[in-house]
Amino acid sequence: MKSILKLGYKLLVNDRAKFTALLMGIIFAVFLIMFITSMFFGVLNHASATVINIGATIWVMDPTVETVANSVGMPDYVLDAVRSMHGVKYAVPLYSGAALVKLADGTYQAVTVIGLDDTSLLGRPALIEGKIQDIYAQSGFIVVRDAEFSKLENPHIGSEFELNDNRAVIVGVAEVATSGLYGIPTLYTTYQRAVEYIPNPRFTISYVLVEPKSATDITQIKQQVERLGYRALTKNEFMERTANFFIYQTGGGTNMLIMTLISFMVGLSISGQTFYTFILENLERFGALKAIGIKSRDLVGMILFQATFTAITGYGLGVGFCVLLIWLAKLRLPSYAAMLTYTNLVIGFVMVAIIAGISSYFGIRRVLQIEPFDIFRG
Amino acid sequence: MPQVAIKAQGLVKWFGEGEARTDALRNVDLETYFGEMLYIVGPSGSGKTTLLSVLSGVLKPNSGTVLVENVDIWNLDEDGRADFRLNKIGFVFQDFHLFPRLTTAENAAIPLILKKNDWNESLKEANNYLEVVGLKDRAELPPVKLSGGEQQRVAIARAMVSKPDILIMDEPTASLDGDTGNAILAFVHKNVLNPNRCIVVVTHDERIYEFASRILHMADGRLSTEEKTTAEKGAPEKITAEKSVVEKSTPEKSTA
Ligand SMILES: Nc1ncnc2c1ncn2[C@@H]1O[C@H](COP(=O)(O)OP(=O)(O)OP(=O)(O)O)[C@@H](O)[C@H]1O
Ligand SMILES: [Mg+2]
Repeated sequence: MKSILKLGYKLLVNDRAKFTALLMGIIFAVFLIMFITSMFFGVLNHASATVINIGATIWVMDPTVETVANSVGMPDYVLDAVRSMHGVKYAVPLYSGAALVKLADGTYQAVTVIGLDDTSLLGRPALIEGKIQDIYAQSGFIVVRDAEFSKLENPHIGSEFELNDNRAVIVGVAEVATSGLYGIPTLYTTYQRAVEYIPNPRFTISYVLVEPKSATDITQIKQQVERLGYRALTKNEFMERTANFFIYQTGGGTNMLIMTLISFMVGLSISGQTFYTFILENLERFGALKAIGIKSRDLVGMILFQATFTAITGYGLGVGFCVLLIWLAKLRLPSYAAMLTYTNLVIGFVMVAIIAGISSYFGIRRVLQIEPFDIFRG
Repeated sequence: MPQVAIKAQGLVKWFGEGEARTDALRNVDLETYFGEMLYIVGPSGSGKTTLLSVLSGVLKPNSGTVLVENVDIWNLDEDGRADFRLNKIGFVFQDFHLFPRLTTAENAAIPLILKKNDWNESLKEANNYLEVVGLKDRAELPPVKLSGGEQQRVAIARAMVSKPDILIMDEPTASLDGDTGNAILAFVHKNVLNPNRCIVVVTHDERIYEFASRILHMADGRLSTEEKTTAEKGAPEKITAEKSVVEKSTPEKSTA
């Protein structure tokens, strides 16, 4: 069999022009699909940035909340109620909201302000400059050094500015795992100061962060929260809910699906047609092989090998190009949202497998139809 | 008494049904022997290719039996018949059917490759046969770089490489000019034919009749019993003359 596969390999690869066209079709499709889906996953990931960065196990929220960025304030009694619930180890409030910073040149910059529980500072970021205790200093804020950092004119410890007409002083510079989706800088401070500085409607708690006594208590906590008229989601559930919002309610999902379909069709039509032409061009010779005595299953094996070889090579190159492009883009644009995950890789692979499967199905069907007798008749 | 290579009895083959039915073989009986070069000649459409295909296990007859070395080939299953063709039969087609993207040597090695022999050994063996047909120095070229006569010699090397007992040639000279065709058949007669091999040639080409051991005429799906031998035609000198054509067309030293 090895020599028959080698024969198939030579027949395929020696036809440079066609092999190139086949590869181009697959590379193009893989590249597009990976690129689009990684963009999309990247966006979804950034949309859940706060959930990822704070890292709490359970998030209690108003039932109308759809994404972490659009919180709805809850009254203080919710915090007390949750604290006294069965299975809760501890529960702390989190503030998440928007504010305006007035820069030195008089222009305004929108920022996200996250207010951490004053006693525990649960969800605090890793500092690269300064000490976390300084967050308690008067007007103390910690700035996140991410892609949006420069929009605050690259502040350092001691920088001052006005935040919603209150004085704010930078007391630390932090790093977080995932930066936000909205292209605005993030400031951390204490819950009390956030509530004090930022004008709020009646209720000020954005989220109650809960740590259960054990993982088995999670279901119970969720039920108790629900009875209270609120919603409790685990970290992953909250990310999923945020993602679902972007997929289903912003048209992002539909766009991705359409783009995926288009790249699939383009790849299939280029590669499928080229492969079929390749088979047609060699049809007589395949017929001669049949006359000489190749068994049908060996012939099928040879064609499947050709399709598989092309598919895997094209897939590898497509993924490679995609990685290269994302890497280049990230070099220039640190906040570039694209994110390659196993899901991307699997989606791309399944698509290539379908393209190769369809192409070889038609090729094989045609080859099996040849009557070697017709080869004799010329 | 020569040994029987192929024994066919009562072969009937038609194409289409009803009004459109064409009878290509009407009750054909035939015996071929080892050591002979049997010609089947006749007008176009008389059923020669159909007969060759039925004899070689490529086209199933509507009725009749074909025994090749006493094996009833139309009783074998599909794979068994593929193996039979691969091991017992060498094919030379009118249109060569060489793969343009393979080298001459790779083309000649195809039957061995299909037998799943080792790639390098298959190529080595193919090169030996390319030497036999005088094309050793063309082994690495693609067939398109070769002349028609040279391509047909590659096809002959391909047919010989698996040492088949039976060689089937359908109009082997139809794509070649007269001199080249004659040289090819002279070569086959001298170097390919041997006492343990039977060669069946279908042709229109009267210029190559001189190499026939026996000639059977076919007309309208029937083989005539009339046979013509060329023994008395004094072919030897002619063959020698033609051999020089083979040698001329291959600059390096040719036949083995
Ligand atoms: N697949 C087919 N379908 C219908 N008719 C066919 C088919 N194959 C052959 N025939 C018919 O069977 C008859 C014999 O054909 P065959 O090819 O055997 O003739 P031939 O003697 O080889 O002719 P030629 O010298 O032109 O090659 C012809 O009338 C032909 O038209
Ligand atoms: Mg014919």
